[in-house]
Amino acid sequence: MTKMDNVSRRGFLAGAGAAGLVLGFRVPLGGGGGAALAGAGHTDELSAWVMVRPDEQVVIRIARSEMGQGTLTGLAQLVAEELECDWSRVTTEYVSPTANLKRFGVWKSFQTTGSRGIRTSHDYVREGGAAARDMLIAAAAKGWGVNASECRAAKGVITHGPSGKTTTFGKVAAAAAKLPVPEKVKLKDPKDWTIAGKPMKRLDTADKLTGKQVFGIDVKLPGMVNAAIRQYPLFGAKLKSFDASKAQSMSGVKKVLAVGGNAVAVVADTWWQAKTALDAVDIQWDDGPHAKIDSADIAAMVREGLDAKDAFVGNKVGDAKAAIAKSPKRIEATYSYPFQHHATMEPMNATAVWTPEKCEVWCPTQSAESALQVVAKAAGLDPSFCTIHRMHLGGGFGRRGAGPIHDYATQAVEIAKAMPGTPVKLLWSREEDMTHGAYHPVTQCRLSAGLDENGDITGLHVRISGQSILAGIMPGRLKNGMDIVTFQCLLPKGDHAISYDFPNLLVDHAMRNPHLRPGFWRGVNANHNVIYLESFMDELAKAAGQDPLAFRLKYMAKYPKNQAVLKAVAEKAGWGTPAPKGVFRGLAHCKAFASYVAACAEVSVSDGGMVKIHRIVAATDTGHAVNPQQIEAQVEGSFVYGLSAMLMGECTVKAGRVEQQNFDRYEVMRIKDMPKVETTVMPSGGFWGGVGEPTIAVAAPA
Amino acid sequence: MAKINVNGKIVEVNADGATPLLWVLREHLELTGTKYGCGVAACGACTVHINGEAQRSCVLPLSAVKSTDRVVTIEGLSEDGSHPVQKAWLDLDVPQCGYCQTGMIMAAAALLAKNPKPTDADIDAEISNICRCGTYQRVRAGIHQAAGRKA
Repeated sequence: MTKMDNVSRRGFLAGAGAAGLVLGFRVPLGGGGGAALAGAGHTDELSAWVMVRPDEQVVIRIARSEMGQGTLTGLAQLVAEELECDWSRVTTEYVSPTANLKRFGVWKSFQTTGSRGIRTSHDYVREGGAAARDMLIAAAAKGWGVNASECRAAKGVITHGPSGKTTTFGKVAAAAAKLPVPEKVKLKDPKDWTIAGKPMKRLDTADKLTGKQVFGIDVKLPGMVNAAIRQYPLFGAKLKSFDASKAQSMSGVKKVLAVGGNAVAVVADTWWQAKTALDAVDIQWDDGPHAKIDSADIAAMVREGLDAKDAFVGNKVGDAKAAIAKSPKRIEATYSYPFQHHATMEPMNATAVWTPEKCEVWCPTQSAESALQVVAKAAGLDPSFCTIHRMHLGGGFGRRGAGPIHDYATQAVEIAKAMPGTPVKLLWSREEDMTHGAYHPVTQCRLSAGLDENGDITGLHVRISGQSILAGIMPGRLKNGMDIVTFQCLLPKGDHAISYDFPNLLVDHAMRNPHLRPGFWRGVNANHNVIYLESFMDELAKAAGQDPLAFRLKYMAKYPKNQAVLKAVAEKAGWGTPAPKGVFRGLAHCKAFASYVAACAEVSVSDGGMVKIHRIVAATDTGHAVNPQQIEAQVEGSFVYGLSAMLMGECTVKAGRVEQQNFDRYEVMRIKDMPKVETTVMPSGGFWGGVGEPTIAVAAPA
Repeated sequence: MAKINVNGKIVEVNADGATPLLWVLREHLELTGTKYGCGVAACGACTVHINGEAQRSCVLPLSAVKSTDRVVTIEGLSEDGSHPVQKAWLDLDVPQCGYCQTGMIMAAAALLAKNPKPTDADIDAEISNICRCGTYQRVRAGIHQAAGRKA
């Protein structure tokens, strides 16, 4: 098993598992491993991350998901940088979670949430590129009978310094693939980067302009049928009974079936036929325990938590309550943040084909490994007999992230199980999508502070009340009942540390969980926590009669990176100079997902109370910036997402049901609402921060 | 059996007359570049051209499409992605996830066909497609760039 040894050993070299298992391990080719596994047994795989074809094409393997955020291109840039290949010859392919299982996690995590695609995998993907480069150089040197240390690679060409001889990656790739993967590689200093750190064009644009890009919703398989689904009308409701007699005789209909005890699906030749027939199914529901709950009830439940005695403490310095109580001036404000839907443009969908031996699923997911587990469970099969075919996502924003909310994949498998061997594509209507989300949690926040005679803060108490995402969908991750995620951007240290020092501080959370399913959402808790804190800092500055920028900086002595982005936006926006008539400027900053971000907005308020945002100046310090123009795109997009939520979108509840069923009632920003965004990317080096989400947090408060 | 003209070809479609054009395109003609986003003409992901006008195909029943109507989808906008809007979009890296972009491109191309030099106000008035990734700033720049190329 020579070749297999090589393949599996590489898995361990990349840092997974115990080496003792290596010798006994075989890669079960043909077990549904997908493209990555097919590549693994071929001679053109170098490291697990790189294949080089004889025609000089470089295939870079991608484990994280691409949903618009540009991670696929960024990761490829990092690998290509170390590989020293010709960027114009680079293509990418997704690796399969099943292959990852069979190769003991050689590609590590597939999770694409929390702005982590690049910041938590930059090291090992670069090592994968560097290892492949060293193998190519070693193969060339061996062929020439020279010392590898005398050779170097650049743009896919290997040169032997002393003789000036050259060869190309494609010519030595087959020989290189037979060599051992080096255990130690040297990574380049980011200051020497020529591909990473540059504003390269995305690799995935061309097909998105012509309609060729295949999303999950576009999957077409021989003999495929289509399913439409009607799910529980409110969370907690169950299916009582249904009468499909009319639907069953309608055009194209193959099957009408109950799914998961809380939904009915119609399978037909086309989705439109299925949807039309579904409308003719008479369904009786057991509404369950939440059918009398309206938004006002949820607001009252959360409001009660503002005064509750018991709360989880997320950050504590000194005695804030006592300090506030004896202050000459006390300020208080209460804010709230409603439910929000992700509203990905591509509604939830999955295509499944099931037999008693295996199950294959095509679906958009931010977590292919979670999707595999979910599918295996629904299929009643070991994950090694299941395959996830990964598709580019038509938006993610967290809706396709956590395992427990891959309900669309579970349903597709359950329907496919009723029709063994027949591929079934399940597509949720927009109405089903809007009303079966994993919503941005609802919270309220009361901030209380004391000011002394000089207008300095004596103490600050931040009381958050409301919903916990972890309690809703991942209770196993609560720590003694506490949800640490709730405290994003208010924590004492880490990627989401608060960026102020106050003499006394208390941040606590009274957990109040309404019945709507919560979920991670772009920027999620950072989003509302920074709105709360930064809006209140403006209130305090006003009460102290001080300039909001100078007031903030007093508490930021130990946060130079926050200072830098905040000062940058203030300066560029003309802070301190008169704004146009009727226009007001606002500031906000935070550390989120390990990046430092700030924004300064120019807004006006019409007589009717409508807020118009004219211009936003933004600054982002991500440490290392892998693709500055894509970071700009993410910053611009963050404002759209954050401001849509702040100014327009809200999911309200009546009789336990989400009221907004479509974009006609769930309003989001359109081009006419888009302010001019001027983005400064100012990487200070030395760390790796996330990009997709941090700016969300400063969008609204600024 | 309905006859319609899609991307310059007369095709026969065996679908109920109430079937929206969107689903005829996607499921009967396998032209999946036109996307489903809302089904109520609110988001624009399904935008196609009918006789040169941008229309939302998700609410247009097949029975309302005459055989003399010229339907153009993203697949028929150009043979090779060389329409000025597509070129500008490629140049500026406009798409993020890309799902809404085919509809966005069709809306932009229709706008430019009747207004070769649109102002920002024209764009605000005519382009109402939803993009949740938030590509609007580059969409606007792309329309202006495409307008320049046409001139």
